[in-house]
Amino acid sequence: MKIDLMIVEEAAKELYIRALKVLPPDIKAGFNHLVAGESGSTAQNILATMVTNIQVAEDTNNLLCQDTGLPIYNILIGSGVDVDGYALTQAIRKGCERATREHPLRSSVVHPLTRKNEHSSCGIEVPVIHIDFTDTPEMLSIMMVPKGSGSENNSFLKMAIPAEGVDAIKTFVIDCVLGAGGKPCPPTIVGVGLGGTSDLCMALAKRAATRALGTCCSDPDGAELEKQLSSAVNQLGIGPQGLGGDSTAFAVHIELAATHITMNPIAVNMQCHSARRARAIFTPEGVSYGF
Amino acid sequence: MAHFELTTPVSEVQVRQLRVNDTVTLQSTLFGIRDATQIHLFDRGRKTRFDLDGHAVIHTAPNVRKVDKSVTYPAGYAPICIGTTTSDRMERFTRPLMTQCGVRLIIGKGGLREASKTAFKELGGAYLAIVGGTAALETTWIEQIEDVDLDDLNPESLWKFRIHNFGPLLVAMDSHGGSLFSVVREDAQGRRAQVLAGLGVKSA
Repeated sequence: MKIDLMIVEEAAKELYIRALKVLPPDIKAGFNHLVAGESGSTAQNILATMVTNIQVAEDTNNLLCQDTGLPIYNILIGSGVDVDGYALTQAIRKGCERATREHPLRSSVVHPLTRKNEHSSCGIEVPVIHIDFTDTPEMLSIMMVPKGSGSENNSFLKMAIPAEGVDAIKTFVIDCVLGAGGKPCPPTIVGVGLGGTSDLCMALAKRAATRALGTCCSDPDGAELEKQLSSAVNQLGIGPQGLGGDSTAFAVHIELAATHITMNPIAVNMQCHSARRARAIFTPEGVSYGF
Repeated sequence: MAHFELTTPVSEVQVRQLRVNDTVTLQSTLFGIRDATQIHLFDRGRKTRFDLDGHAVIHTAPNVRKVDKSVTYPAGYAPICIGTTTSDRMERFTRPLMTQCGVRLIIGKGGLREASKTAFKELGGAYLAIVGGTAALETTWIEQIEDVDLDDLNPESLWKFRIHNFGPLLVAMDSHGGSLFSVVREDAQGRRAQVLAGLGVKSA
């Protein structure tokens, strides 16, 4: 399957705009679930405003949140796909920049030292582009995540030790949620990475935070811990926006990797209630858009 | 729990009547500020031509479209999406905003800390919580971008918005030492041991 890079560029542009405007159905369902179980009246009002906002954004064709985030593109390339990888990344970058200039969108991307904003949503190493491969032959998938800073600023890594065991994981996750309070725009998806190296652990946490609600960790022990922690964080009483209530998180998601005999790394990365993402799938039949 | 309709600028007396859990809807003018705006104003000594005395500021950096200046777009900007950012990063600017600029109300999300609470009490100010991440709705409360200053910091310029029925906003920190965020934080911290025990954690 040959990939037309002009179409990739268009898709990269379209995905950024789509992700900012329409929430995935699993997140909408997550709101319904929280509303049904919320006992606080302030919390109920806040959730109702969030649900109204989703509708207003769709009705007015506007962005859900003003934070256009740090643009992330996750690419999955099938084994039978014929594409120049370098040119693919350049097409994505171009599409990201075009979305910013043509819509227009607020460029939230600056140089880390000079704080200079190129007003393109692009900069050194940004957009963040991850490339992975699949044995599905005739398929190229591009998932776009505009990662908001309110939640991204609540990212934590702890290099715990084996003697601290699973208790260290549980304690760290609870303390991160407590420390974050209302800052990450709860209800959140709490992404937890376990194992690997420090950088892989953080990447796993991000993968967990941006996973669809209703999915679970492919490792059975990880899936069990997800359930326990999902219930536990909602007993803390932080609530929507940190103003109290039962709905602190939609869920805790875990992704894990093998690690070293001496290591017990734990990473936390949060996703805000505007848990935005959009996906384009390229097949021989054409491009289809979803989540 | 009372509701207040306030037209900016407001007086100290008006702000002092607000108590946590009250709600407020604002009319007239609202100023948008952000990290860089305040770094430049308070750390680098830049001045603004705007008079913020008695006014409300919101922690924001909007999505805008550059257009020709006209009666409808006097600043040369059309609003696209205007929302609210996390206030906590701007904690240390609350006092200078109040003492140097006369600001009375700060609108934000996620809350401010102890030093802001003290400043609100001493100087007569309040924090009005908006629901973060609901910018599409918030944008419908903004009638116009009236003016802009320090625009080299765009999008973190100092924005002057004309607003209509901006709210309801929740009084989350008042001028009497009240803070809903402190109450929730202390309550959550108090639940920590029990939550960890429920997870089977042996020594927390």
